[in-house]
Amino acid sequence: MDIKREDLLQLYYYLKLTRRFEDRISSLYHQGKILGGAWTSNGTEAVSVGYGYALERNDIAAPYFRDMGVFLIRGITAKRIMAQYFGKKTGVTGGKEGNVHIGDINFGVIGFPSHLADNYPVGTGAALAFKMRGEKRVAVACTGDGGTSRGDFHEAMNFAAVRKLPIVFICNNNQYAYSTPLRLQMTIKNVAERALAYDMPSKTVDGNNVVEIYKAAKEAYEVARNGGGPTFIECKTMRMHGHSEHDSAKYVPRELLEEWKKKDPILNMEKYLLENTIARKEDMEGIELRVKKEIEEAEAFAEESPYPEPDDGLKGLYATPIEEV
Amino acid sequence: MKEITYLEAIREALDEEMARDPSVFILGEDVGVYGGAFRVTEGFYEKYGEWRVLDTPLSESGFTGAAIGAALVGMRPVAEMQFADFISCAFDQLVNVAAKNHYRWGAATPIVVRAPYGGNIHGGAFHSQCIEGFFYNVPGLKIVAPATAYDAKGLLKAAIRDNDPVIYCEHKYLYRRIKDQIPEEDYIVPIGKARIAIEGSDVSIITYGAMVHTATEAAKVLKGSGVSCEIIDLRTILPLDKKSIMNSVKKTNKVVILHEQTKTGGVGAEVSALISENCFDYLDGPIIRIAAPDTPVPYSAQMEEVFIPQPKEVINAVEKLMRY
Ligand SMILES: Cc1ncc(C[n+]2csc(CCOP(=O)(O)OP(=O)(O)O)c2C)c(N)n1
Repeated sequence: MDIKREDLLQLYYYLKLTRRFEDRISSLYHQGKILGGAWTSNGTEAVSVGYGYALERNDIAAPYFRDMGVFLIRGITAKRIMAQYFGKKTGVTGGKEGNVHIGDINFGVIGFPSHLADNYPVGTGAALAFKMRGEKRVAVACTGDGGTSRGDFHEAMNFAAVRKLPIVFICNNNQYAYSTPLRLQMTIKNVAERALAYDMPSKTVDGNNVVEIYKAAKEAYEVARNGGGPTFIECKTMRMHGHSEHDSAKYVPRELLEEWKKKDPILNMEKYLLENTIARKEDMEGIELRVKKEIEEAEAFAEESPYPEPDDGLKGLYATPIEEV
Repeated sequence: MKEITYLEAIREALDEEMARDPSVFILGEDVGVYGGAFRVTEGFYEKYGEWRVLDTPLSESGFTGAAIGAALVGMRPVAEMQFADFISCAFDQLVNVAAKNHYRWGAATPIVVRAPYGGNIHGGAFHSQCIEGFFYNVPGLKIVAPATAYDAKGLLKAAIRDNDPVIYCEHKYLYRRIKDQIPEEDYIVPIGKARIAIEGSDVSIITYGAMVHTATEAAKVLKGSGVSCEIIDLRTILPLDKKSIMNSVKKTNKVVILHEQTKTGGVGAEVSALISENCFDYLDGPIIRIAAPDTPVPYSAQMEEVFIPQPKEVINAVEKLMRY
């Protein structure tokens, strides 16, 4: 599969944007400027950027909380996400939700419910609708390695396989579920082996190689789009921060982090772009500047935005409200 | 007008809505080829095909989640729980996803979950439960529970057309036991509106589902001794039609709340609190709750009869209240 230069540069741009944006959120969190908690995908950005960028405009993503790249790529702006972190009216959910609990159906992003793997069946339902209506659209659902132990993961995989639905399941296998290492999560070597039980094609890819993830996702989407059914893609990576920004992750051996640091997805991509003479250092510096500006603007926007009216929290329960008496 | 059973009313509502709107479809266990454990969707598979009457794997959470996902992209799924009891397996999807979507991020989730519920059928602890209480403390859901064939049809149609997640509690005991005259033409029964099943002036019996018929039996006996009972059939139990409840209490000044659901923390507790908060000055006596005892549903007929509220208990309660 050939990837156009402009797409490779965009992949790099979104990797950088995701990293820097979440770095900024982390700093703001430590300064006490974020209302609640803060979660980042540090070290695993290639996953959400890779599978998110491979989607077509009309496709649907059912993400989880380490999918910042997907939110940004789908067009949910850094401004709206920063405002969401600040609890502002201009945030993605107008202050109703915080941090990574993001969703906007207008951008093809199904809201992330905290309950991990819940979005596997929900994404499957979107795929079911596409198949029923004969639309050439696909859905993608993502969860972490821990999330794959839940029943909803298996119920969705099974249903999608039985009905050959146009969905791709992604697992961000970053070795830990909060403090729980993989060996206490499952007995198999590769999460992808879970797909065997559903006779579903699967792939284990380098989760720190955005190009590889992009290609694997793109291929799987095309199979799904053309009636070939679901695929499971395991992206092997490493969560480089704590579970959330409050967590020092002392339970992760330092040597493990040192080892993975060398495989950083952004450094990987820079190397790839330089070695293949796709971009020069100046091009990448230009992208860095663009990203910096975007984040500064997002922060200013969030700072300046108004808070919601306290009573806004009493509104919007129902889509078809029932008149109160 | 034509006469049909409660079960036929449900079937007609589904059939007419599916014919009217291609985005309506059914999913659940054994709903397709077999036509559903209670045969509600009999003939649908032949009429609408396997993709609109979808037999799913045995996975309540999975197919409820899938219903939600389909609804988010423009479908109007009706998911069938084979027995309402199994809805516990889909609790998370209903409570954390469906109920909160619109509030959290503004996305409508027009799903209906059909829940064949209730006892008196010797089903034991796992095929007889009233499940409305499990969901009563969940803002964002709507729960309806028709007592008549007329309402069964009209409420299901309203639920399918509604843009929110609706749990449709259909009482298994009523399926083939009651019949109503219903109009030939299309109609709905609005969600959120109770009805006065019997007008009266001495005491309000507030109830829903199969217990409307238990209350009616009691009211007939009481009428013989000169007591005029007003029966409020809630029809929608979440959210409650507060106005109808309060209007009746203000008229009769005496209240019996009757339900088949177990007593503690049930719908009756909420109705009772609502009346105390809003109509205390109108009350001439204590609010009496009649409900199933706080145990699982027993199997043996003798024990189940003790479990399910009987007309005699209603009569005793009303007679007690009449002494105030
Ligand atoms: C069903 C459920 N149980 C518990 C939690 C609390 N929790 C949040 S993240 C997390 C660990 C998630 O691990 P994993 O799925 O591997 O994703 P990762 O954080 O590694 O990306 C836990 C236990 C949750 N969100 N959902």
